[in-house]
Amino acid sequence: MKLLEYASKAILTKYGVPVKKNHLCKSIEEVQGIIDEFTFPVVVKAQVPVGGRGKAGGIKLAKDKGEALNIAQQILGMEIKGIPVKKVLIEEAARIKSELYLGIVLDRATKRNIIMVSKEGGVEIEEVARTHPDAIIKLSLHPYLGLQDFEAKYLSYKIVSESGVANKVQYFIKSLYRAYLETDAQLAEINPLVVEEDGNVIALDAKIILDDNALFRHQDLESLRDMDYENIEELEARSKGLSYVKLDGNIGCCVNGAGLAMATMDIIKLYGGEPANFLDVGGSSNPEKIKNAVELILRDKRVKAILINIFGGITRCDDVAMGLVEAYRELNISLPVVIRLTGTNEEKAKVILARSGLPLYGVSSMAEGAKLVCELSAK
Amino acid sequence: MAILLSRSSRVVVQGITGRDGSFHAKLMKEYGTKVVAGVTPGKGGLFVDSIPVFNTVKDAIEKEGANVSCIFVPAPFAADAIMEAADAGIKLIVVITEGIPVQDMIKAVKFVEEKGARMIGPNCPGLITPDESKVGILPGHIFSRGPVGVISRSGTLTYEIVSHLTNAGIGQSTAIGIGGDPVIGSKFIDLLKLFKDDSETKAVVLVGEIGGTDEQDAANYIKSEFPKPVVAFIAGRTAPKEKRMGHAGAIISGSEGTAEEKTKAFTDAKVPVAKEPQEVAKILEQLLA
Repeated sequence: MKLLEYASKAILTKYGVPVKKNHLCKSIEEVQGIIDEFTFPVVVKAQVPVGGRGKAGGIKLAKDKGEALNIAQQILGMEIKGIPVKKVLIEEAARIKSELYLGIVLDRATKRNIIMVSKEGGVEIEEVARTHPDAIIKLSLHPYLGLQDFEAKYLSYKIVSESGVANKVQYFIKSLYRAYLETDAQLAEINPLVVEEDGNVIALDAKIILDDNALFRHQDLESLRDMDYENIEELEARSKGLSYVKLDGNIGCCVNGAGLAMATMDIIKLYGGEPANFLDVGGSSNPEKIKNAVELILRDKRVKAILINIFGGITRCDDVAMGLVEAYRELNISLPVVIRLTGTNEEKAKVILARSGLPLYGVSSMAEGAKLVCELSAK
Repeated sequence: MAILLSRSSRVVVQGITGRDGSFHAKLMKEYGTKVVAGVTPGKGGLFVDSIPVFNTVKDAIEKEGANVSCIFVPAPFAADAIMEAADAGIKLIVVITEGIPVQDMIKAVKFVEEKGARMIGPNCPGLITPDESKVGILPGHIFSRGPVGVISRSGTLTYEIVSHLTNAGIGQSTAIGIGGDPVIGSKFIDLLKLFKDDSETKAVVLVGEIGGTDEQDAANYIKSEFPKPVVAFIAGRTAPKEKRMGHAGAIISGSEGTAEEKTKAFTDAKVPVAKEPQEVAKILEQLLA
């Protein structure tokens, strides 16, 4: 689960990582209600799930109340990369002396957590990594011990020289690490980490990505999920045990297993079609799941044909067939449906489908199915 | 000869009294796997499909001589089950469970390594040495014995590719699903090293996916040290960006983990990359001819 700046900062605050005073507002009325509690200048920041907010005009400085309201009004009405801005963060401006970088991330290659620091904060860290990778210092953390004090010291002196500031950076790193670990994050990135003119160290921007697999032990963090920007269909799919990602094409896909689902999208494209979605019905699919999957695909009005590609292992083909019969009974399916069913209980499934008399296009291989569904969607 | 798993492997199923555990213990046994024990804490003394159940892995080893573990334990408790198996002395731990928190896996993987054990998975379909033994949830009937080693990050996509191999008369020495999670016990490169020394294996199929750099690492290894022919397939050429890890993950490795990068790495190592699953068998036919 990717958290926006305001939600990431809410976690930071809980763990004692210093941030500037801020408040999230969903309307101009809310801004009016809280703006008098702020010391100016303030920064008005669009809260959207895409990068490049600053360049798009979604982050602006306001020197007084009137300007803050004007800017907030303007940003709340704008779109950034096609996404309407539904909320802004009002934050007291920092007096920036230097901009640094701090990130904690899971490194799959070494199977460890890694901390990265750089003196070159405030710019795209990907760019720094490309142009002069030496400017990024990386430290791999021991799987059992985690971050030690001497490591925090080492990292702090790599990016600041004055010991008073270094102490604050060490405290900052340790607090961020605790937040990262205790929320089961996969990424906690502070860019920029700002040293203010008075020597204070604060997180000016923040990005946290939580491990979806660990949310079961963090019920409190579920409330940070931003319903304004989540795709309703994708959320609903998740609640039904389906993994769904909406795409731009017109061929609906229903597949078991993520790898096969991706390969199915790839092969549709290879034969000249455009997938409308990624949809993995998961391992032990029951008839209900298949029905839900078809229902979800049909909601996308651009879909002109559907390909069901099932290779039964844990998934039993007769379950899939029953789910499909159910779907036809309850939903109004007028689109052509191509189905490839093989593996566990394949024969039973074929009997069920043959008896049902449903108008399905049965195929025996994935390639054959992809070709046919591409033709049908082009009609 | 095959690798990792043979007729003599003695398997303990952790989480054998659960829905998936009991179902697949039975299927493994039917396939010919020596499933000698099950473990579910508190259910010691019971039998599942005439397999004796113990409270601990230690008991399963002492009483039944188990040396391979297959884990179906639910995600919140799976990392603990992995460490229990490693601590008791199991040397091959196959983790089927999906959805294990990654911070749990970081610790468990390190522990397994310190105990000198090997882990396959998590979130994987398991492995099979056709006609001898299977551990996990792979559908046994699609496999046949022969000269090709298979290593895959996927489950059902592996079945898809293997069924084309079998239909083309190309059998497998051992096929392993290594799992799709960010932190896994064994990677392509770890298993390639085993296939290198296996005289039965004449060629290897690698089934990769977008994300990470395991395919690139494997390509580099093949280029310098792996003498047998390899064919690759990569799923996710058209996958949306949000299926990938964020940018900071890319900084570490200097890679975004795209299908293009992986294809390029394989091409540089002279490993042909199939455009669709059925093409893997066609390329292998030529290479093995």
